[in-house]
Amino acid sequence: MSKGLWLLCFLLYWTGVHAGQSSQESRAVVVGSKNFGESYLLAEIAAQVLEAQDYVVRRQFGLGGTLICYEALKNGEIDLYPEYTGTLSQAVLNLPGNPTRQQINQALQADGLELLSEYGFNNTYAVVVRDAQAAALGLERIGDLRGTQLTFAFSHEFLQREDGWPGLAQRYGLNQAVTGIEHALAYPAMDDQAIDVTDAYSTDGELQRYRLRILQDDLGYFPEYRAATLVQDNASAELRSALAGLHNMLNESQVQAFNAKVALQGLGFAEVAAEFIADNSARLGVADLRRVEEQTAWSQQAWVVELWGHFLRHLQLTGSALLAAIAIGLSLSLLVYRSRRWAAGLVYFCGLMQTVPSLALLALMIPVFGIGFVPAIIALFLYSLLPIVRNAITALANTDPTLVKVSMALGLGPWEQLRYLRLPLATPAIFAGIRTAAVISIGTATLAAFIGAGGLGEPIVVGLSLNDTDMILRGAIPAAVLAILVEIAFAALERRVSPPQ
Amino acid sequence: MLAEKQQPDVAVAFNDVVKSFGSLEVFRGLTLSLPKHQTTAIVGTSGSGKTTLLQMINGLEKPDTGGIEVFGQQVPTQGLEAFRRGIGYAVQGAGLFPHLTAQQNVTLVARLDGWTEPRMQARFDELLRAVGLAADVATRLPRQLSGGQQQRLGICRALMLQPPILLLDEPFSAVDPITRLGLYESFEQVRETTPATTVLVTHDLREAKRLAQFMVILDAGEVVQSGTPAQVLAHPASPYAERLIESQLS
Repeated sequence: MSKGLWLLCFLLYWTGVHAGQSSQESRAVVVGSKNFGESYLLAEIAAQVLEAQDYVVRRQFGLGGTLICYEALKNGEIDLYPEYTGTLSQAVLNLPGNPTRQQINQALQADGLELLSEYGFNNTYAVVVRDAQAAALGLERIGDLRGTQLTFAFSHEFLQREDGWPGLAQRYGLNQAVTGIEHALAYPAMDDQAIDVTDAYSTDGELQRYRLRILQDDLGYFPEYRAATLVQDNASAELRSALAGLHNMLNESQVQAFNAKVALQGLGFAEVAAEFIADNSARLGVADLRRVEEQTAWSQQAWVVELWGHFLRHLQLTGSALLAAIAIGLSLSLLVYRSRRWAAGLVYFCGLMQTVPSLALLALMIPVFGIGFVPAIIALFLYSLLPIVRNAITALANTDPTLVKVSMALGLGPWEQLRYLRLPLATPAIFAGIRTAAVISIGTATLAAFIGAGGLGEPIVVGLSLNDTDMILRGAIPAAVLAILVEIAFAALERRVSPPQ
Repeated sequence: MLAEKQQPDVAVAFNDVVKSFGSLEVFRGLTLSLPKHQTTAIVGTSGSGKTTLLQMINGLEKPDTGGIEVFGQQVPTQGLEAFRRGIGYAVQGAGLFPHLTAQQNVTLVARLDGWTEPRMQARFDELLRAVGLAADVATRLPRQLSGGQQQRLGICRALMLQPPILLLDEPFSAVDPITRLGLYESFEQVRETTPATTVLVTHDLREAKRLAQFMVILDAGEVVQSGTPAQVLAHPASPYAERLIESQLS
């Protein structure tokens, strides 16, 4: 690929790395979390425990799933995140049964990671149904679902994991058709009776709110998911001892209550975590709580400021990606438009990029670009290429053949022909492509939150994990407004730069 | 052939030219000389190869074998741009660039050739007068002009650099009969002031008769007859020429 692309990647990478590491102090630590409520909560507890011991914590919360968290930790983009034994053994390490922490740590050695001592609770997968329906149909155990006419919908992760639906269906002889559903949307869907059976975590706070019953796993299918902190195996003794207080501090019902406080009462993670730490400061070995409380109070008040920050970051992400896509997309289009084969190849490549699921693309890039701003821009850049390249190539290659012939007969060289004929005539189509790319990119940029790059996706991701519509709208409405504004601005710009036709 | 090259009154010479498009053979050994300082009309039905013949003169089409000479110089394979700037070219429908004004269209190549503003302006004004256009068309876009005006501007563009030879591909056929008569008059006027060698492709025998001093009848890539219009029309030498004349002039 062109030198320009590599140069640009390098520049973006460089600025991203240096922006990210500005607070490089000896007791600085980056705490990650996945994008579901309990992971936020556990990460927040770990973060506050560290802050109470004078660590400077950077939070990379809401990363898009196990793979992204794991890769980010492996590559040193984050220093720790809360993980579950079952997730590691089943989804990452391919260990059979319910391995002990020692066995897991043995397998983790290959990746240079280590699971610290467990928090004390087991948050396993559960299959749930509505209480009322369970009573009506006499459902108690998972096996009772056999042969029922209920609607099954499971989270995407559960559908794909080896310890998820495929194995479950086999073990219990279930042959119902299933559909995928975003985990955070599953509860309201259950409530609306749109679906009847879904997967849940056994510590979910919503189980009580929506009156859902956990069906007994009488065949012992689900592995144990004991939570603990995952770190790099060269983590300092200091950091280990700072986290040691979390050992056996939590049980299932406690966590269910925490989750309910967040999901049902609308308390912030930071508040719930701070309350827990205040109640247990002695056992956690935490002395100074004032700072934690101040910080909590501030983050509660400042959501408008935070939103403005997300908005600016969103603009920055889409703007950078769009500029790169324009520069590189147009250069490549100009290079290849005259060759039917190369042009088709380029459009095919850009189309292929469009079909790669965003999370997969982000996970694939972690070893090279890490997490955060840079890979988010690269992903957005790749998604923006297609409309720009396709419009540019189509318009440049399909200039009226009579005019092309005339321009040649007049003695215009290839460059002059491009400059005085093809480009001016292609300008409206090229602009339309850029406009499409801009609007798509503003929508897609919400995925940046999955790799900790911020933007308006952050309130959306957190809101989804909390089933908090207000918070989702706090991200979605500004994103929609931004898309409309950009559309209008581009339309105006297009009228100015297009040649008269 | 050597004798032909030295002939002072030959503008374009085709020497045993073979040309095919895929499996379709257009010319199977065309040998033909076109006279200097005259207007030659290439006449034939659609598909007779007349446009291909014209486009081989300025290198838009390349012969498979055989050679084409313009004023004794072989049509080059390299540096075609410079060669083409010495050949005027106008087509049916004018082919003006839609995003440029009338003046920008006509003067584009002169600008690329590094002409000064005053020189371009003077030449443009001169051409407008020659083809009978008012000065106020200068700033208009092609879509704001009539078909006849566009066609006149197309001829102005072809003449801008004062080429010694002018190629016209049915430039008078896409306008109404009255406009066409006006265009003929303009063309005749222009030829009086700038007597370039002209090759005119047309399917219209009346047009050929009125504008040309030399006439070539093409049928399926073969020259079936050539000579002055008066000779050809009075003594058609083949059934094809006869039918052509009968269909249009009787």
